[in-house]
Amino acid sequence: MAETPLPTVPRAPLLELRGVGKTYGESGLAVSALRGVYLRVQAGELISIMGPSGSGKSTLMNILGCLDRPSEGTYLIEGRDVSTLTDNELAEIRNRKIGFVFQTFNLLHRSTAMDNVELPLIYRGLPRTERRRLAREALVVVGMPHRLTHRPAQLSGGEQQRVAIARALAGSPRLILADEPTGNLDSRTGEEIMGIFQRVNSELGVTVVLVTHDPLRGKQTRRLVQVRDGEIVEDEPVSEAEFRLAEPWARATAEATRAAAETARATTEPEKVGAPR
Amino acid sequence: MRIFESLRLALDGLRANKMRSFLTMLGVIIGVGAVVTLVSVGTGASQEVTSQVEALGSNLVIVLPASARGRDLRVEDVAMIEARVDGVLRAMPSLRKGSTVVWVGRSIDTDVVGTTEIMPAVQSHPVREGRFLSSQDILYRRQVAVLGSKAKDNLFGLRDPIGQEVYIMGYPFTVVGVMTAKGEGGLFTPDPDDQVVIPISTAQRIMGTTRVGSIYVSVDSDANADLVTSHIKRLLEIRFNDAEAVQVFSQQQILAAVGSVTGILTLLLGAIAGISLLVGGIGIMNIMLVSVTERTREIGIRKAVGGKYRDILAQFLVESIIISITGGIIGILLGMLGSQAIARLGNIPSVVSLSWVMIAFGFAAAVGLFFGIYPAMRAARLDPIQALRHD
Repeated sequence: MAETPLPTVPRAPLLELRGVGKTYGESGLAVSALRGVYLRVQAGELISIMGPSGSGKSTLMNILGCLDRPSEGTYLIEGRDVSTLTDNELAEIRNRKIGFVFQTFNLLHRSTAMDNVELPLIYRGLPRTERRRLAREALVVVGMPHRLTHRPAQLSGGEQQRVAIARALAGSPRLILADEPTGNLDSRTGEEIMGIFQRVNSELGVTVVLVTHDPLRGKQTRRLVQVRDGEIVEDEPVSEAEFRLAEPWARATAEATRAAAETARATTEPEKVGAPR
Repeated sequence: MRIFESLRLALDGLRANKMRSFLTMLGVIIGVGAVVTLVSVGTGASQEVTSQVEALGSNLVIVLPASARGRDLRVEDVAMIEARVDGVLRAMPSLRKGSTVVWVGRSIDTDVVGTTEIMPAVQSHPVREGRFLSSQDILYRRQVAVLGSKAKDNLFGLRDPIGQEVYIMGYPFTVVGVMTAKGEGGLFTPDPDDQVVIPISTAQRIMGTTRVGSIYVSVDSDANADLVTSHIKRLLEIRFNDAEAVQVFSQQQILAAVGSVTGILTLLLGAIAGISLLVGGIGIMNIMLVSVTERTREIGIRKAVGGKYRDILAQFLVESIIISITGGIIGILLGMLGSQAIARLGNIPSVVSLSWVMIAFGFAAAVGLFFGIYPAMRAARLDPIQALRHD
């Protein structure tokens, strides 16, 4: 079921960056945050972009998320060039194709969980009953069918991030872009959140792009893109063995199995890899 | 996004800061309230002036000495106007002077008016008790007086004044009648109820003059008042050999003049009140700018999930319009109450005119739109990346 997609598959990729660069500032004092980035992401991939702070991964994510435009090169989503679109057209793409998950959750603090999840659907112009239905479904997917009327302040960090993922999912996007989604969570909650991303990817077929600086999280995806100084320095699939080792669901299942019966002889017996950070 | 959603969002935003929203609204409430109150009082005053001028009598032409180098009018002029101008029904002299009237140790300050027996007909103002002056009274310079209803009440209270002797400028007069209450005047024209009427001849003698103060001419309703007015003017010009000896106005001309003055007054009051509405609008802009800054992150989130320029614009614009429209409605209600209160306290009539209420309301809504558009545009133009980083 989980096989590494090949970059050379002939069908049009979901995302394609062709020589994308981003330069800030005036020509004299220009700072280039990205240089000549080529990247293809096929539909259904689970991919992480890693790099230290200042490496340009945030800029890359902003461009992938249509929050920003490249200053050179082209960016294609489903074969459509978005480099030259207007602000409104970009907003439309963010609304229909992309779901964002942030490190700081970025929920509207005055709104209930339900209202937060509905937000993208409001801007899509869906009627209220339809919005309610889709929002409730999304909250079920992330394991939050209760607490619909709670406000963010009444929820734990993990719960807030689940609501945020539900918001990203509610509009059935092709792509979920997660920027350090576990950065503000303890490791256990972080594992749960990673599990949700993996499940969303494998069960719903949503493409997930994860931006992180944590190598463990990188290994919890299928493909690892390393960014340094505004350039992609490495782009490798994560080996099945590594993925299995890091996969939180596998580990959770295995631990449960071990606790229940003392048959600690499974071939992929996991160890506490990278738990202490 | 639908308008209903914008409305719901805006109401949520306003509810989140109730006190602040209310205080901002207060600026508009006071502005609109002031416009409605002052304009209502102004409109009421101008209607009052109009009805008082109309109460002088119908189809009236008034002759006055010109103010600068005026020549004295005389009783003979009254007769001449009556005899020689077509369309004139009657002409009546009037000589008015403020005076003290004494009755058995009581005294009132009032106007003494010398005139002739035709005054009730010319001014449509009949007597209530006793009789009016007769032509004999005028001919023989009798010392008889007819009291206005208010003057009677002030001097005699509930007692019967007929046959009583009052002293005017030291001369004894016998009260022969009391006029009906006209109920108009006093504020802008002499109060026809607060005066004492005596024969013109007697008045001239006790005031030591041979002139008359003014001449009231009643015009046949079939005649052209403007034409009669110019004929009278021409007649008196020839008589004095001076083109600017007298001023002659028809009632319509007076009404038009008064109307333009009170119209300007009302407009001025409205404009002053309008300034406070403008200040209210600046308050809206101020608070909306603060609100946009405070909610930068929220705006970033909304834009990230697909909120378009117009969605964000609508959210904030609707907020400021709700403030101004709600403030406008409350201001109109308070303004109506306020104008009633002033009417009661200051004994000034007030008339709430629908057109001014609509103008005030429209202006308030426009203020909300005008002062809301800049903050809303600022919100809508925010860069989502910057906005999401804001805290």
